[in-house]
Formats: sequence, C-alpha cells, structure tokens
Amino acid sequence: MRARVFVTLKPSVFDPQGTTVAEALHTLGYANVKDVRQGKYFELDIDAASPAEAERVAAEAAAKLLANPVIESYRIEVDAAAHAEMVR
Amino acid sequence: MKFAVVVFPGSNCDHDAQYATEHVLGQQAELIWHKDTSLRGADAVILPGGFAHGDYLRTGAIARFSPIMQDVKRFADAGGPVLGICNGFQVLLEAGMLPGAMLRNANLHFHCEHVHVRVEQTDTPFTRACSTVRPLKIPVAHGEGNYYAEPDVLARLEQNRQVIFRYVDAAGQATPAANPNGSLNNIAGICNEGRNVVGLMPHPERACELAVGSADGLVLFESAVRAVSEGACAISR
Repeated sequence: MRARVFVTLKPSVFDPQGTTVAEALHTLGYANVKDVRQGKYFELDIDAASPAEAERVAAEAAAKLLANPVIESYRIEVDAAAHAEMVR
Repeated sequence: MKFAVVVFPGSNCDHDAQYATEHVLGQQAELIWHKDTSLRGADAVILPGGFAHGDYLRTGAIARFSPIMQDVKRFADAGGPVLGICNGFQVLLEAGMLPGAMLRNANLHFHCEHVHVRVEQTDTPFTRACSTVRPLKIPVAHGEGNYYAEPDVLARLEQNRQVIFRYVDAAGQATPAANPNGSLNNIAGICNEGRNVVGLMPHPERACELAVGSADGLVLFESAVRAVSEGACAISR
C-alpha cells in the first residue's frame, strides 16, 4: 500500500527558499502567484492490511523521522489504487 | 584529560578538533567512529562539524541513529561535557539533546567567514575560562545555521540563561547586521538545562592558532580542560 507524505515548514516558520522561488516566478511574469512554500515529498510502500493501518504507520514515520516537529508539519494520503496494483 | 571526537560518515572537522585539543592544547584526543558503542572513558565529547550522513533528510537527522549516540546520550545524562560544533550542534538538536531546530540561512547563502561571537555565560564546561566582555573572532561555515525555536521555548532559553553565544559586531553589539544567518535573538550557541551540553554554529577548532587568523577559539577547549581538572563535571559513570 502506498502512503504519500508531504512535509512542509509550519505556517509560522519563515521559508526563505519558498520566498525566493516566489520571487523567481514573479520575474517570469506570474504576478498572480502570491506565495510559495517549499517542502519534501515521500512515497512509502507499506505492507498493511488496510488503508487505515497504512496511514497510522505513515503518520508514526512522519512524526518520528520524516518531519522535524519543531519546524515542520505533514500531511498524508493513502493511495488505494497503488494498493490494488500490488494485490494483483 | 581525554577528548573523544566522534566521526560520522561525512564529518570533516574531526581532525581539526583533534589537532586543536591534542597538538595545540597537549591533551589526549581520540577519534571514535560512529559505529562504535563506547566513548572509552573520555572526559569530554566533541561532535565535530561536517555533513554527517550527507545531510540526508535534514542536517543531523540521521546521525542520531548512529550507535555511538547512545553512549553520548548516556554520558550527557550523567553530567559529562558534550560540545557540538556546527553540524555537531545540528546533530544535538535533531537528537533532542538541545531544544530548537535549524532553518536555511535567511538569505540562502552558505556563509564562510570570520564573525564575532560574544560569550553570554561562563558557567558551562566550555566557557569557564572565557571573557564575556571581549567578543571571540571565530569562523562560521554553514548553510543551515538559522536557529529557530517556538516563542515559549525561546523565552525559556533566555530566562534560564541557556543562550551561551550570540553573534555581535566587533564592538560587541548584537545587531541585525552582525547576524550572518537570521538566527532568532542573534543566537550562535546554546546549552541544555543541565548546562553540560553545549552547541554552537561557529568553529572554535578552526581558530586555535594565530597562523590561521585567530586563536580565539582555543579558550573553549581550555575551558573544558579546566572544568574537568577542577572536577566541575561530576560524571556519574
């Protein structure tokens, strides 16, 4: 089963890379891009019996390692299609 | 006395730390590979600068799983003096041995230059012999030294006098211009509540002989020698 983990800096934490990317986009003429937050993306292939279990494992992994809770937050998506492929 | 200098894959200031303590100060300094499990009776531990585990995931994030870190934690919990320099500081933060985290430098530049650092507190094993008046001229070399902590954590650090080093100008003033990386409150280094674990971004080990531009960093290691010889670090082994 595939879990996707998105890690980004917390809204309260200044993101100098995101700001620089936003400025670069403005230089390209995308004045309507108001803000950019840069983050990390992980794909976890998890041997789990249910999407709920995969999500629980991914959440633990994110909290313990993938994100630094001092500065980052995370969001998880479990991919049921990836699960179906693996079952086949 | 004997220093243990931990060597992670990617450490690159380990030999500088050994040189400073062994050749310049005349103490013993043993390099200890990160897969070892014992600090072998060292009196003080140095986590050196570099790029432990290639800075994969986040700076210092993987080093906390290195086997030697269990003994480093045990040593620190027992009151032993531990100094994290640059990447070593980042490792201490990721290992939860010091509070806070590092962000990319505010202007995204890798800063490699001499800066001035004011010693704020002298009641740690690594600042015992320092002056709080004359700033130290020592180099920084990092891309992620922008110290961050939640407002309540930051307030507690200041209240407990856990801010040990601050970036200042040559006159000793902590101005925004003297801050190379955007660190909150110009913080260059902090200690834990027990005051025996100290981390700082500047490199004292690279400023231990006048031939390299400054010998101001030596006093940190002299402090450790003094602290150990005076029995200031009661290590309950």
